[in-house]
Amino acid sequence: MADSSTETLLETPLASLHRELGGRMVPFAGYMMPVQYPAGILTEHLHTRAAAALFDVSHMGQAELVGEGAAAALERVTPADVQILKPGRQKYGLLTTDDGGILDDFMVANLGDRLFLVVNASRKHVDLPRIESALPAGVTLKPLPDRALIALQGPQAVASIATLAPGIAELAFMGVGSFNIAGVAALVSRSGYTGEDGVEISVPAEQAEGFARALLALPGVQPAGLGARDSLRLEAGLCLYGNDIDETTSAVEAALTWTIGKRRRTEWNFPGAERVREELANGAKRLRVGIKPDGRQPARGHTPIHAPGGAVIGEITSGGFGPSLGGPMAMGYVAREYAADGTALELMVRGKALPAVVAPTPFIPHRYAR
Amino acid sequence: MSDTKFSKDHEWVRLEGGIATVGITDHAQNALGDVVFVDLPEVGREVAAGESIAVVESVKAASDVYAPIAGKIVEVNSGLSDNPGTINTAPTTDGWFFKIEAADVGEIAALMDEAAYAAYVDTLA
Repeated sequence: MADSSTETLLETPLASLHRELGGRMVPFAGYMMPVQYPAGILTEHLHTRAAAALFDVSHMGQAELVGEGAAAALERVTPADVQILKPGRQKYGLLTTDDGGILDDFMVANLGDRLFLVVNASRKHVDLPRIESALPAGVTLKPLPDRALIALQGPQAVASIATLAPGIAELAFMGVGSFNIAGVAALVSRSGYTGEDGVEISVPAEQAEGFARALLALPGVQPAGLGARDSLRLEAGLCLYGNDIDETTSAVEAALTWTIGKRRRTEWNFPGAERVREELANGAKRLRVGIKPDGRQPARGHTPIHAPGGAVIGEITSGGFGPSLGGPMAMGYVAREYAADGTALELMVRGKALPAVVAPTPFIPHRYAR
Repeated sequence: MSDTKFSKDHEWVRLEGGIATVGITDHAQNALGDVVFVDLPEVGREVAAGESIAVVESVKAASDVYAPIAGKIVEVNSGLSDNPGTINTAPTTDGWFFKIEAADVGEIAALMDEAAYAAYVDTLA
């Protein structure tokens, strides 16, 4: 991360609420964000899996794509099948580079008369010009910097928010709809980044604080910070851009081939299609896998991975301790011949070989509303 | 406690009969967050002042723990491997890390007293 002392850090519309709640603010992707509240990461994590937690994700980039042929236009920069997406539905996809690397991962929703996009905070300055450059006349990209994004996650999240807007309970997983919640016009999607049921809610920035207070007043809802968000998503086996995927990794290597539409795999007309096609035909040299270290010691990002007693065969990209798992967990890239579940590995942590094994993800089963 | 001394690396040191008990301060455990693992030095190891000899891992990150004085490790708190959370709940008592037989007890006198450490922590805020 860039040295935060030399750049101007932005704040989200909830900054003063975070401070009031005792949030410990840290620089993240150019924003001052709460890494945790007084309850601490462990408690916030476990509360999310047990009840419901509110996360401020307003740093993420929101935008609309409007005009005839918007879906086809977006397909010029992603291998996702956007045209197949029905109104009221959302999907996860990748923006790819011309070399077949991953420019970013993103969410796209079909709102009927337009597409709604959510991209990573750290990548919006790259993504939006890239999308813009691919647009034909008549399709326009409209960034939405005046909107906040709030995630409510956990097994009680939907029941809680449905007391304010009952229709939300009718949304299926990855369903999207507009609702009036506590007097605020909100765009709600049943999705998230924790592996739990829940929603992500886009609201006007000037109403965000009052809206967040209304959610925090619901029974069972507690605030949670970026620390818990990270341990939750890692337990759920979900990638973090910049750690687990970047411009050097391909969709095939990252085990995200499922984000490439079936039709797109017959057309091969997305950026980097040559590399993806070659890797699908011949196998990628390395693959992203889940890794479980033996014992309790975590192995963090950039830890070298060795074959037992042997050479370096990969590197950890995200690693930590899973509070719900009750033990350490990681993901990383290994040479393809070491990628099968159950394969023994050694992680070099501070000069000592820590035994580990390739493990299926998610580490904690998803509990989405299917 | 008047005979507890503090290092700039946020360790506390308590000398009893030539043996210094070392742990991390309440400020340090609070900054680290929930501790999930601790890697302790081997008993019998000779350590230099300022040498990184232990690692404490929180949910968030790994941090080094340094020897505040030179000497020989004579005991480690083996209870921490099963209950690393003790470092959060009782950092200056049951959450101690290791005991050093001081090479020079004079080194301990040179560390900060409680008031000086509190003033030092204030400069970091």
